[in-house]
Amino acid sequence: MAASTADSWSWFPALALGVSFLKCLMINSYHSTDFEVHRNWLAITHSLPVSKWYHESTSEWTLDYPPLFAWFEYGLSHVAQHFDKKMLVVQNLGYASPATVLFQRLSVIATDVVFIYAVRECCRSVREEKGSKDLLVRPYFILAALLLWNYGLLIVDHIHFQYNGFLCGILLLSVARHLQGRHLEGAFLFAVLLNLKHIYLYIAPAYGIFLLRSYCFTKDNTDGSVRWSSLSLVRLIALGSIVISVCALSFGPFIAMGQLPQVLSRLFPFKRGLCHAYWAPNIWALYNVVDKALSVLGLRLKLLANLPKASMTGGLVQEFQHSVLPSVSPSATLICTLVSILPAVLSIWRCPRGARGFLRCLVVCALCSFMFGWHVHEKAILMAILPLSVLAVESREDAGIFLMLATTGHYSLFPLLFTATEMPTKVLLILLFTLYSFTSLKKLFRGFLLNTLEVTYLLGLIAVEIICEVVYPLLPWKQTLPFVTLLAKSVYCSLGVSYSFIRLYLSILRPTDKPKEL
Amino acid sequence: AVSSPWPVIILLNCSLHTFRFIGAGKPPMFGDYEAQRHWQEITYNLPVHEWYFNTTDNNLNYWGLDYPPLTAYHSLLCGHVASLINPDWVELHTSQGFESSAHKLFMRATVLIADLLMYVPAVVLYCFYLSEGSNRKKVCLVLCILLYPGLILIDYGHFQYNSISLGLALWGVLGLGLGWDMLGSLAFVLAVNYKQMELYHSLPFFCYLLGKCFKQGMAGRGLFLLVKIAVTVLVTFTLCWLPFLTDPGQVLQVLHRLFPVGRGLFEDKVANTWCSLNVLIKIKTILSTDTQLYLSLAATLLAALPSSIKLLTKPTLWQFKLALVNSSLAFFLFSFQVHEKSILLPALPVCLLLGDLPLPAVWFLQASTFSMLPLFLKDGLFVPYAVTSSAFVFYSVYLLSALEHSSEEELQLKSLSLLPFLSQSPGQFYLSVAAMAGLSFMSVALAPPARLPDLFPLLVSVFSFLHFLGLLLYFNVVQIAEPPSPRRKNPKKTE
Repeated sequence: MAASTADSWSWFPALALGVSFLKCLMINSYHSTDFEVHRNWLAITHSLPVSKWYHESTSEWTLDYPPLFAWFEYGLSHVAQHFDKKMLVVQNLGYASPATVLFQRLSVIATDVVFIYAVRECCRSVREEKGSKDLLVRPYFILAALLLWNYGLLIVDHIHFQYNGFLCGILLLSVARHLQGRHLEGAFLFAVLLNLKHIYLYIAPAYGIFLLRSYCFTKDNTDGSVRWSSLSLVRLIALGSIVISVCALSFGPFIAMGQLPQVLSRLFPFKRGLCHAYWAPNIWALYNVVDKALSVLGLRLKLLANLPKASMTGGLVQEFQHSVLPSVSPSATLICTLVSILPAVLSIWRCPRGARGFLRCLVVCALCSFMFGWHVHEKAILMAILPLSVLAVESREDAGIFLMLATTGHYSLFPLLFTATEMPTKVLLILLFTLYSFTSLKKLFRGFLLNTLEVTYLLGLIAVEIICEVVYPLLPWKQTLPFVTLLAKSVYCSLGVSYSFIRLYLSILRPTDKPKEL
Repeated sequence: AVSSPWPVIILLNCSLHTFRFIGAGKPPMFGDYEAQRHWQEITYNLPVHEWYFNTTDNNLNYWGLDYPPLTAYHSLLCGHVASLINPDWVELHTSQGFESSAHKLFMRATVLIADLLMYVPAVVLYCFYLSEGSNRKKVCLVLCILLYPGLILIDYGHFQYNSISLGLALWGVLGLGLGWDMLGSLAFVLAVNYKQMELYHSLPFFCYLLGKCFKQGMAGRGLFLLVKIAVTVLVTFTLCWLPFLTDPGQVLQVLHRLFPVGRGLFEDKVANTWCSLNVLIKIKTILSTDTQLYLSLAATLLAALPSSIKLLTKPTLWQFKLALVNSSLAFFLFSFQVHEKSILLPALPVCLLLGDLPLPAVWFLQASTFSMLPLFLKDGLFVPYAVTSSAFVFYSVYLLSALEHSSEEELQLKSLSLLPFLSQSPGQFYLSVAAMAGLSFMSVALAPPARLPDLFPLLVSVFSFLHFLGLLLYFNVVQIAEPPSPRRKNPKKTE
């Protein structure tokens, strides 16, 4: 190959260009309503004055991301006007001319540059053992491949349509900066990220506790506990001012106009139901199923009187009540999430393990929010999978957890693309990614990473897919219970995700033998 | 040490086929897509003796069958599968112009399966058994060959089954290269019986086998070999044409459909001599049809002669590959009624040269894809074209170190004191690719001036023609002068 030594980084542009070519080929595939959402936001930010941005409701897809993202869309809209001016008219609901599609898709591909840069920075920070010289077995190569060609990002960003590459790029860049010891930059990037998409609030505790404990307190006692006297006020103030100034820049104009309550109400819409139309494979999916099973059982055994016909499988995003088990309210999920985050966050306070411990805590927080959150979308699993990839190429156990989580999580994204034309694409791509992740990690750690039970479970995913797509449509129940396939997939995946969650949590609570550096 | 390459091969295959599936865009509802569907309808519903005839049920003016019997049998097979899934797809008369996303998926799947069964195994076996270099180099070679944009876009986008005929021809090359002459001839005869354009490759096959017979002595083993091959060829032809041999009228009608000599020297814009010549001198109107026919015949044979004679005298695999290129390129440039898709026929042997002469091969393959640009624009395939061409140029240059090896050829050719224009440098290559990119964007972004509505297709075809002519001369020189083969120098380069 042209890369004569494995130390030259010429393979990196080859990988990045290859996936960019693939993304270009996906320009004309199916796109979801998220496409219209972003077109609408382009129109709103371009055509209306700032004061109207969070009041506008001609379209049902109102602006529900923080102001920095609105400014981002505003910037994009200036390029958009050269492609097709009509897409910037707010009233043009559902407008999707070829030029519009081309522009939107190209904007996602172009902003992925941030992601590519972030991947490069992560690869530079990866630790590796001195050993094999073969490029394909080096941890940073595998990490680059697993991140750049991540199946979930390809499917969600470039077919379904979102800007996750850009956002996750900022997240990964912030992580990379922390791994490199440049904490102020990392904090700044995270502040920016928070103001771009507020779902990252869920991992803010990890950042907060880590920075407080490991950056503001400069020295530890010999037994590893915090030395209160070493609090560096300078660092604390620096961090605080960075975060506050970013937030001020973002929210400032709206606070000045007195629109803060309106903005917050748009950002946190709790009218939506516990579960999305397709249940994300989290705890509540299992909870719903148990509730349904108990109610059916109760009716059969005549233990319960008439129950309201449960409408949670009806597929509409409404509030619904559980029949047997207590109903779940938004505050209940918030409490559950906070309670689940607590032990992880406390463990890095009591026993900080440097930047890698922070990364582990970040993944755990992301997973907690996925497992217990209100109205979680299955796309949120990417927030956990991508940072976990960094840990996966460094430790054998993490690689095993990554394989379970990534495969299950990626499979749970299948229902996002339900058209016949996308079917071969999504199947072939997931096979490609899964095969590659298994073989490369196995080669890296020289041995099997999963036990028999886990492998059986993953093979079961194939069985579930075949049953749902091939067998079930032939059965007569398809007319009366059309959502059974989605339910089955969601429940099966939640088993895998919960298992990975528990294993990851245990890994953070387990005391380490050797100290890891910052 | 690199461990077994098979997992990598499988991964590569999956990935490339994914890209083909994704990138193919929407197949045109009429055109070749409808033609293929119509042939499934015809072959499934009508008896064999009606396939090539104009009857009330079979209107030859509406996409009549104009490929040899193997295509018809393949359509029959697909028709059977189609009727199992959804009989509406092949219902006689009523299914014309049928459109549905499930049907599109089915048709694409048939191309994919044909590709996987015929073409890809041949490419993999060729790279692993008939080319030299480390395992990693062979895998890179497989990737680059499978990445060739022309075949991907024509088969998956424009919609055809070239992978079957080219795959069979490649099996033929494999057979001959491994010394299994009868199997190789069998495969090639099947290829010719799938698409008659494979006759472009027939001269090298013939000369190679004949030359081999001569070498082994016409008094003994050579004669025996000749007889064996002749018998194989005849038996295969007979078996393919069996249903039609009952009636000489059938045979004549099929031949009439396959070789429509009523048409002119060329149609539309194609990057060969006659079309380019037509820009300066309107030969289509000056000469009569018969004269045109004889002229093109004479020119073709003359152009193919040197390479064929050299092959006859020296039947080695290296000569054979070069002769395949030279012969089919000569046919493309000078033959009668050539379509732009026929550039795939020289492109296949040039793919086989990717490992040995990377720079000229990549240059040719890129030019061949570029020459089909007007066709792609008509089918709405500009984005897949742009993406696959860029990917192909980037990856073949990167993986095969195409630009580094150009200097070796230069030295060898200079040592034979050849014309300076035959030496190729990276600068010329980049300039050419840049010009192609520029012309591509202009074709899609600008409107041609009103006086010259065909300006861009014409520029594309003339530009490609000049490249093809130059590369024809180059490959002829390489074959005839035969500098020592570039890869013989370093036996095992560890990479």
